[in-house]
Amino acid sequence: MSERVLLRNVDVPDGHLISAYEAGGGYRALAKALREHTPDEIIELVKNSNLRGRGGAGFPTGMKWSFVPKQANKPKYLCCNADEGEPGTFKDRIIMERDPHQLIEGMAISAYAIGAETAYVYVRGEYVLAIRRLEQAIAEAHAKGYLGTRILGADFNFTVHVHCGAGAYICGEETAMLDSLEGKRAQPRLKPPFPAVAGLYASPTVINNVETLVCVPHIVSRGADWFRGIGPDKSPGPKLYCVSGQVRRPGLYELPMGIPLRELVDEHAGGALQGRKVKAVIPGGVSASVIPESGLDVRMDFDSLAAVGSMLGSAGVIVIDDTTCMVKVATRIVEFFHHESCGKCTPCREGLNWVFKVLRRIEAGQGAPDDIEQLQGLCKGIFGNTFCALGDGAAMGLRAALAHFEHEFTAHIEEHRCPFH
Amino acid sequence: MGMREKIEAAAGRYPDRRSAIMPALLIAQKEHGHLPGPVLEEVADVLGVERIWVYELATFYTLFHTEPVGMFHLQLCDNVSCMLRGAEALLAHMEAVLGIGKGGTTSDGLFTLSTVECLGACEMAPVMQVGDDYHGDLDVARIDTLLDHLRRAGSGVPLAPRAGA
Repeated sequence: MSERVLLRNVDVPDGHLISAYEAGGGYRALAKALREHTPDEIIELVKNSNLRGRGGAGFPTGMKWSFVPKQANKPKYLCCNADEGEPGTFKDRIIMERDPHQLIEGMAISAYAIGAETAYVYVRGEYVLAIRRLEQAIAEAHAKGYLGTRILGADFNFTVHVHCGAGAYICGEETAMLDSLEGKRAQPRLKPPFPAVAGLYASPTVINNVETLVCVPHIVSRGADWFRGIGPDKSPGPKLYCVSGQVRRPGLYELPMGIPLRELVDEHAGGALQGRKVKAVIPGGVSASVIPESGLDVRMDFDSLAAVGSMLGSAGVIVIDDTTCMVKVATRIVEFFHHESCGKCTPCREGLNWVFKVLRRIEAGQGAPDDIEQLQGLCKGIFGNTFCALGDGAAMGLRAALAHFEHEFTAHIEEHRCPFH
Repeated sequence: MGMREKIEAAAGRYPDRRSAIMPALLIAQKEHGHLPGPVLEEVADVLGVERIWVYELATFYTLFHTEPVGMFHLQLCDNVSCMLRGAEALLAHMEAVLGIGKGGTTSDGLFTLSTVECLGACEMAPVMQVGDDYHGDLDVARIDTLLDHLRRAGSGVPLAPRAGA
């Protein structure tokens, strides 16, 4: 599939304006949804498409929607997770900057399906241009009657508000995001209750990632079979891959779900920089475990990556070459998680601090002979014992780095220096 | 629109005024440059919410500054993708050129230099945010051009069009 679906507008001049979006067939899926389908039919359609959440967890979107109670005496909310803090990830930013109407149309159809009249887009505060473009697009959509009351003559009212984040990776965790939206420090909530039952302001709430929502208009236009026909049946659809790091052509690539990681890195992104070799690739943002070069034939979909002990995550593909010290990479990743730990639970807050200190001394050539054992013990204490996935991601990532590159850690300790300096 | 009106407009988007603390702090910071205690209290009073709620957000989220920052806040990403593309050398260069360390502010108040976590623009790594703008594909020469441009902007000298802007 070389056809661009999700990125078809991003290189169109002024593609962020409603005129360009409409000229390319935009908002016809919304009209079709409102005219031809009941909300339940839209949920069924999305279920049948096998669309799975693109934020990282890969939960089936239609099923998530179906958990929202049909009868509720409270308003229902749709929240778009546009916090995009996972290092190595930039797909949602590009969509919001260059094709914000695609997201608005996706939200409108999704809100119709779940019965929400209000949506909040939680955009990280650094994304100033994306925020400006979204706000402009929302105003345009109101003026054209795609948002507001009795949209396109149907019995459907819907408004979108942009909520600016203020710098906290943990807001990408959906319940922490809800606390943040409620004006609190972002810390994950205990589940159950799940947000579909009691989410924002204790009302039924669906939280979907930007990329998930922009798939929805295409599923409405072209059908569930079309969507399921792209990539693996259990993990289908067009997919955005963010490629960065030590590679010739970093960038955002739209390709089918399930393409081999090697093809993505070597053919699409041009492979290693001149005179260097790819040593390892992180396939799904820094929460995903590193894969050594020998494992690059793995396919880029939720199930294939889980089977090799990593994950698709946000599809932030970071390429690391043979000039780079893996201890340094691992240290930087743990430093990130340590910095972003919300502080709610002890294994994450204290454990990552400890892990970071041990890694830093190893990288500096001051590691002790039992430091690797120490790190394994700390990972054991963190993994499975934290409140949310942040600590787990850090521990899993470090375990993978140790499993595949233990010799680099050992060399630092034995030689009392970083062999790459 | 004054600060109060802007905050009221933001509050209208939520069923609960507590939700408007974060947008209100962003508005107040744009107005004052940073968020000293009296500004936090004013935000709390405008919204009619507990002061502690405002304090805890101002100190939890990294985009809020309770201490003054320079006119231009140089926020260099040094997370993995930028690190792999040479962010460290750029940091060292800026520290040398500006004569300040990470986290410091130049004596003329023009620049504050920080490193930040991933800015979500790894396709143009190494990347730095200054104010509202992202500057990507950076190298030493581009940093020098940018700093020069900002220095002139900060001293009120009329600007020549910036190459590649």
